[in-house]
Amino acid sequence: MNDKVFTITSGKGGVGKTTATANLATALAVDGKRVVCIDADIGLRNLDVVLGLENRIVYDLVDVVEGRCRLRQAMIRDKRLPNLFLIPAAQTRDKTAVSPSDMVRLIDELRRESDWILIDSPAGIERGFRNAIAPADVVVVITNPEISAVRDADRIIGLIEAEEKGPARLVLNRIRPEMVKRDDMLSPDDVLELLAVELIGIVPEDDQVILSTNRGVPIVLDGKSKAGQAFRNIASRLEGQKVPFLELESSNGFFGRISRMMGAGGD
Amino acid sequence: MEERAKVQIKGIREGLLITVFNDDWPDAKSALQEQIKQQSEFLQGGRLILDVGNHVIRAAELGQLRDMLTDDGLALWAVLSKSPITEQNAQSLGLATRINKPLPERTTHSIETALTGEEAVLVRRTLRSGFSLQNSGHIVVIGDVNPGGEIVAGGDVVVWGRLRGMVHAGAEGNEEAVVCAMDLTPTQLRIAGHIATTPKRRGKVHPEMARIVDGQVVAIPWQPKTK
Repeated sequence: MNDKVFTITSGKGGVGKTTATANLATALAVDGKRVVCIDADIGLRNLDVVLGLENRIVYDLVDVVEGRCRLRQAMIRDKRLPNLFLIPAAQTRDKTAVSPSDMVRLIDELRRESDWILIDSPAGIERGFRNAIAPADVVVVITNPEISAVRDADRIIGLIEAEEKGPARLVLNRIRPEMVKRDDMLSPDDVLELLAVELIGIVPEDDQVILSTNRGVPIVLDGKSKAGQAFRNIASRLEGQKVPFLELESSNGFFGRISRMMGAGGD
Repeated sequence: MEERAKVQIKGIREGLLITVFNDDWPDAKSALQEQIKQQSEFLQGGRLILDVGNHVIRAAELGQLRDMLTDDGLALWAVLSKSPITEQNAQSLGLATRINKPLPERTTHSIETALTGEEAVLVRRTLRSGFSLQNSGHIVVIGDVNPGGEIVAGGDVVVWGRLRGMVHAGAEGNEEAVVCAMDLTPTQLRIAGHIATTPKRRGKVHPEMARIVDGQVVAIPWQPKTK
């Protein structure tokens, strides 16, 4: 059986778990796959907002687990992509409303009718995190190039290993190439040297992400955004394609080379 | 009568075996002194073998004990212990730690080639943040120790990898303990009661060994023949 249940987690809050979940789910759905994303952050739900589906919520994850509705009734169809669904978190409950075995049962029911299932994990290492990783085939860890985020990612990767969820995969989010170049920011190599896991994506810092989040339109739908391109590439890698990493170092790109040559000529 | 139960004296082929049973070490020690005072005449001239069980005893304390026995006209020959640290301390005082070997008088001209070594645990994985490894003997890690991970050993610590977490060697007071790593940049390094942090490194990474020299933790290049 191939891996189809991916949990996106980080340890530290605010590094981009929800943004990544929304964008990867959307990118996979654009490719025509049937995708269900689940917000496991009970009590602090966000994924509905980022996908622009907040006003369509009737039932949520806890309603399904507690038998107040059928699974299908809690699946909200995306307004743009008919093959993308969201199961939102309950806002008025907390993490103890769901157990890891509830999550495994629910996901097993979804497996039959989905190509991809993406679970957005809450921050932290407690119950909510364990709920989110229990049904996962593969755990994707998101981190930022900051010492504190990388430290938490290391801890989370250790816990995932301890739970025998296989080697975690890493997405490095919000990297700023010009700062890396000046040695003011951890480089992907620095992060990988410490974490020693498979890197499946590097997403550059992009102001457009904030706009897209506020509008409820995932950045992958913006053909011009570099962050959107990075998320599309990660989705392709999850599908098993070999996609080269984005050339983030703009000065090493085509225009960078041209301008250096011209600069040299002018001397 | 209760005192008697804590210490047992028995004549064996190699000498007089005094066994101290597991209790508080200070208690056991005073019981031992009591017994020896009472029976000093019976013990006179005998070669004493002291079995201290699990107790971890500092070299200075063993020395005191030996001197006290000497005052009573008794010679402490060997200290038997399950603790590698006590054994090491006894050895550093020139005391034997095994009695099933041939008597020293007869072995002066032969060379001991079978070494016993000391107890250690080997861990073959990377210690990530939040993971902790503790052992009363030595610790060997094949892998990295990441920031937020910690190692606490009664003896030495050897890391075949990058040591970036917290490490405490000689945690039970052994100041002779050392810490070796391929890349020795721990967030904090402790040996016995001494604490050090790693200065910012510039330049090439090379294997290093940290130890206490004149009451200070120092790191020196870890090369073949470094002892």
